[in-house]
Amino acid sequence: MAVGQLELRDVTLELAGRPVIAGLSLTVAASDLVTVMGPSGSGKSSLLAFICGTLDPAFRSTGSVRLAGAEITGLPPEKRRVGILFQDDLLFPHLSVAENLAFGLPPSPAGRKARTARIEQALVEADLAGFGGRDPATLSGGQRARVALLRTLLAEPRALLLDEPFAKLDVALRDRFRRFVFDHARAQGLPTLLVTHDPADAEAAAGPVVELAAAGAHRATGAERAASAREPGVAMAKAAR
Amino acid sequence: MPKRARAFAIGIALALAIAACLSATARAESGWPEIVAEAEGQEVFWNAWGGDERINAYIAWVGERVAADYGVTLRHVKLADTAEAVARVLAEKAAGRDEGGAIDLIWINGENFAAMKENGLLYGPIAGLLPNFALVDVAGKPTTLIDFTVPTEGYEAPWGAAKINFIYDSARVEAPPRSMAAFLDWARAHPGRFTYPAPPDFIGSTFLKQIVIETMADPGLLQAPVPDDATFAAATAPLWDYLDALHPHLWRHGETFPTSGTAQRQLLDDGEVDISISFYPSEASSLIAQDLLPGTARVFVLDGGTIGNVHFVAIPYNARSKEGALVVANFLMSPEAQARKQDIAYWGDETVLAVGKLPPEERKLFDELPLGAAALTPEQLGPTLLEPHPSWMTRIEAEWLTRYSR
Amino acid sequence: MADALQPVNLAPPAAAGRSLLGYAPALTLALFLLPIAAGLAGTWLPAFGYLPVLGRTELSLGPWRDLAAYPGLGGSLRLTLISGVLATLVSLALTIAFLAACHGTRLFARLRRLLAPLLAVPHAALAIGFAFLAAPSGWLVRLASPWATGWDLPPDIATLQDPYGLALAGGLVLKETPFLLLMSLAALDQAQARERLAVARSLGYGPVAAWLKTVLPAIYPQIRLPIYAVLAFSLSVVDMAIILAPATPPPLAVQIFRWFNDPDLSMRLVAAAGAGLQLLLVIAAILAWRALEIAIAYFGRFWLTAGRRGGGGRVAALGAGAGMLAVFVLAGGSLAALALWSLARRWQYPSAVPDSWTLDNWARQGDGLVWITGTTALLALVSALLALALVLACLENEQRRRLHPGGFALWLLYTPLLVPQVAFLFGAQILAVVAGIDGTWPALVWSHLLFVLPYVFLALADPYRALDERYTRSALCLGACADKVFWRVKLPMLLRPVLFALAIGVAVSVAQYLPTMFAGSGRFVTLTTEAVSLSGGADRRVMGVYGFLQALLPLAAFAAALAVPAWLYRERRALSWRG
Repeated sequence: MAVGQLELRDVTLELAGRPVIAGLSLTVAASDLVTVMGPSGSGKSSLLAFICGTLDPAFRSTGSVRLAGAEITGLPPEKRRVGILFQDDLLFPHLSVAENLAFGLPPSPAGRKARTARIEQALVEADLAGFGGRDPATLSGGQRARVALLRTLLAEPRALLLDEPFAKLDVALRDRFRRFVFDHARAQGLPTLLVTHDPADAEAAAGPVVELAAAGAHRATGAERAASAREPGVAMAKAAR
Repeated sequence: MPKRARAFAIGIALALAIAACLSATARAESGWPEIVAEAEGQEVFWNAWGGDERINAYIAWVGERVAADYGVTLRHVKLADTAEAVARVLAEKAAGRDEGGAIDLIWINGENFAAMKENGLLYGPIAGLLPNFALVDVAGKPTTLIDFTVPTEGYEAPWGAAKINFIYDSARVEAPPRSMAAFLDWARAHPGRFTYPAPPDFIGSTFLKQIVIETMADPGLLQAPVPDDATFAAATAPLWDYLDALHPHLWRHGETFPTSGTAQRQLLDDGEVDISISFYPSEASSLIAQDLLPGTARVFVLDGGTIGNVHFVAIPYNARSKEGALVVANFLMSPEAQARKQDIAYWGDETVLAVGKLPPEERKLFDELPLGAAALTPEQLGPTLLEPHPSWMTRIEAEWLTRYSR
Repeated sequence: MADALQPVNLAPPAAAGRSLLGYAPALTLALFLLPIAAGLAGTWLPAFGYLPVLGRTELSLGPWRDLAAYPGLGGSLRLTLISGVLATLVSLALTIAFLAACHGTRLFARLRRLLAPLLAVPHAALAIGFAFLAAPSGWLVRLASPWATGWDLPPDIATLQDPYGLALAGGLVLKETPFLLLMSLAALDQAQARERLAVARSLGYGPVAAWLKTVLPAIYPQIRLPIYAVLAFSLSVVDMAIILAPATPPPLAVQIFRWFNDPDLSMRLVAAAGAGLQLLLVIAAILAWRALEIAIAYFGRFWLTAGRRGGGGRVAALGAGAGMLAVFVLAGGSLAALALWSLARRWQYPSAVPDSWTLDNWARQGDGLVWITGTTALLALVSALLALALVLACLENEQRRRLHPGGFALWLLYTPLLVPQVAFLFGAQILAVVAGIDGTWPALVWSHLLFVLPYVFLALADPYRALDERYTRSALCLGACADKVFWRVKLPMLLRPVLFALAIGVAVSVAQYLPTMFAGSGRFVTLTTEAVSLSGGADRRVMGVYGFLQALLPLAAFAAALAVPAWLYRERRALSWRG
């Protein structure tokens, strides 16, 4: 699987003439995790939507997104191979757990047997063996969140976006699930962008942090500057204007 | 109000009410002036076929006149088929509603009249009560007293006379057919350019009757009720042979038929067919004058004569506003109303009055009527054939449905 | 913080006894289930030979035998089934295709705004206009002839009143597609469609496949009842069938109506049997559809989980967009045809527009038209207002008692829309005759109320329930009694949905044909009954006048529903914006 880095170049998002994000450039290397933080209204979710290709038409956007060296800005969402995990698990209630996972699986393991085997394997990895036939509504919050991540990963994305996926979980679960997500993302070598307002998430990510202020300004924080000093190979977020 | 005065007032009111009821019934049997007085302020619901806008406009004019002259409010309830009104009165009788019925006046003739008379659904006899009935040409038009071989016995008042004729577009048709046999040849030569309304529409039924009269071995049988099944089958066999031969060459290959004569007239105007069937010889002129047909429309009749009849108005036995209905029926037979009815600018339906016997000013109303571009003179209209007994038509219509409504 | 508040007791104090409001649901149900129940009984008993007013008191199968022996019954059934099922399938397919392929596009937003006016047009008016559009000598052919087609005379092709009922199906599609679209949009609002689409697309699914696989299963249960209503309507419509379907033989519902009006009273029994057959037909169709749903749900799982992503959806978008646009254009064209005819003096084939114009058609109608329009408008207003009062009472009662009506209540509400009108109106008429009220205003209003009520309820229920209940709580805490809260807080805030529901009620009442014919006993003439009885005639100019007026009344109601809140709340931005 060709995994490369996720690059944002000079991304500007404007809503009704006012810039929400102005001139943001950012590179996330493979297996790396960049956290984007900011108060509500600072455009965090819009940024993810822009990368996914599902930005509301009310926004005006400029800038480019490159993934593994290829330009994906003009592509429709389904062709971008960018996986996204939301706050709500959004497991389809009309499908069972296994069917939800099968939904995420690409056509390539064809035939029911092959696909079922692949899904079972994923469930075992997530400590959910035997849950395939269950109705998602009967699972606990943490279990659903894990299935949601599995579904996203089964689709073999080349980058992973996380839109505050831990916010709805209990504090106790949060830690476990965070580690689950970060471990899997790193294991598959995916450049990961995490959006959150919880500083604990940023700390656990232990990667560069970009802070978005309201009205589009953004700056790199001290943690990031320190990180860049430690690991010269990690590209930095540049504050522009 | 003190108790005694109140009781007194109630007593007076009661007495007056009883007197009014008694005198009301008394009045119904007395003469014309009393009827007119009673009719004032009444609302008359006239159930009449509403498929022709010119007739509707004429009825609206009647409403204005009776409102102005007699204080009667006329409401035209437009029917798609007179049978609906018959059904309603029947239903009311079956439900025991012998007074205050929903219908006060019906435009009627033929099978529907026979059905109502048989079931005792009519109020009357009324013809004798109406002064203008004396003006009717009963001698020259015996069908004002005998409706489709059924004697009216005064239960319906004549209104107008009709005669089958055919309208064609002279710009598209040079030589229209002059007999039913010629019609078949013409249809073969011009496939898809002719049709007829499906029975039980009255024009469609009359077209079938026209074929029956021409193809039946003994047309005299038609003036009496159907004797038995065998005779019926034998007598109508040529009719079905004719139709089987005709249908493949008709509009839409005889699989669909227009729902009424007016629907077919629209087809003529749209150019989908070349000939349509009409019941009023002056209708074509009237339609041209009202921009409903092209100026090249003309009328023709069959050499052997075409069927004609008289149409009437009748009053249901349980009508709420009987006096108002009588006033309207009388007005319909007045020279003013008959002349306007015959005027092609409004309708073009022939009068039932004996014009020659009218006083000079009223005769002038008729003499001055314009003839119209597409009109035929009375001589050109040819002989009038009599309507068959209703029982023939009921059976022919049923048989037609069985054969052609799949 | 809100959770810390104790739930406020909205029910009146026990000492006052059960408030009047509590009777509202029972009253509403009685008002419309009673006529239907009585109507069904009054129709099924004669079907088995029991009609005491005619002296028939023995139960027998005679009417059913007569029904089976009637010439053309097979043709009627074939016609009914083909047109009814086809119309429903096409409407549903178009709606789903449009939603799946065109959501989020500009065409979608534009057509969405035109939905309400289109739905307001009564079906009889639409049918009359469409008949002129689709006829072989109709407007569509006239626009293209003879320069494109070479047809100097109209071709002899049955595009109208054809033996398979395709013209009727076409007319039905024009009316039903916007209805299904509206119900789907309402369901979409509650289905988290955007989130699901985002997830599916991020997993690599094309837009159409994503919508079909993730959103459709969510909204289908919400639109199931409207689909059944559409199916029932298509199979049992009378006024559109009179205009668009052939007459020999006609569709079953029209044939039944004719039998009911036959002077031969014994045909009433056959008519009752026919009405029973019509009901069975609708039930069978709905059951068959349900079976199809189950089959599709079962086989659909394999398709859902096979993982095929689907394409970019551009061809689908073009096709679905074109199809939906065609529906709107044809419907608009039908209305335009009515308007043009009402102003025409002479319009011959093959002119594309009238050859000469006049205002006479309108001027000549005069008094009669005023009376008829007045009757129609008054009837519509009274039924709609009554329905509104009942619905508001029921909804308010539901909120005060904190009830949560289940799915069964929804089925009950839909009953007048699922049972074919012709199958119970005859029995209801007998009920009215026996009660002595047939042909009077109360019977007429009641018969319209039957059909107006479900639509008003459907239109008002969601907005009413969606109103943030914290407004109510705050008002109560400020010392207002429950009634005052209703009149001074809830109603003003819900003015727009309330007026909208009222407009819908007006539109439904104006469109009614059979109820006016049955309950009115011929004493009441509305624009619709007039338009249908004129539709067989040959003066399209007058048809245009009546048809156009018929469409105008509901449109005026909708315009008022938009204008009144906009004006009333011109200083209140939150209430005057589109809700």
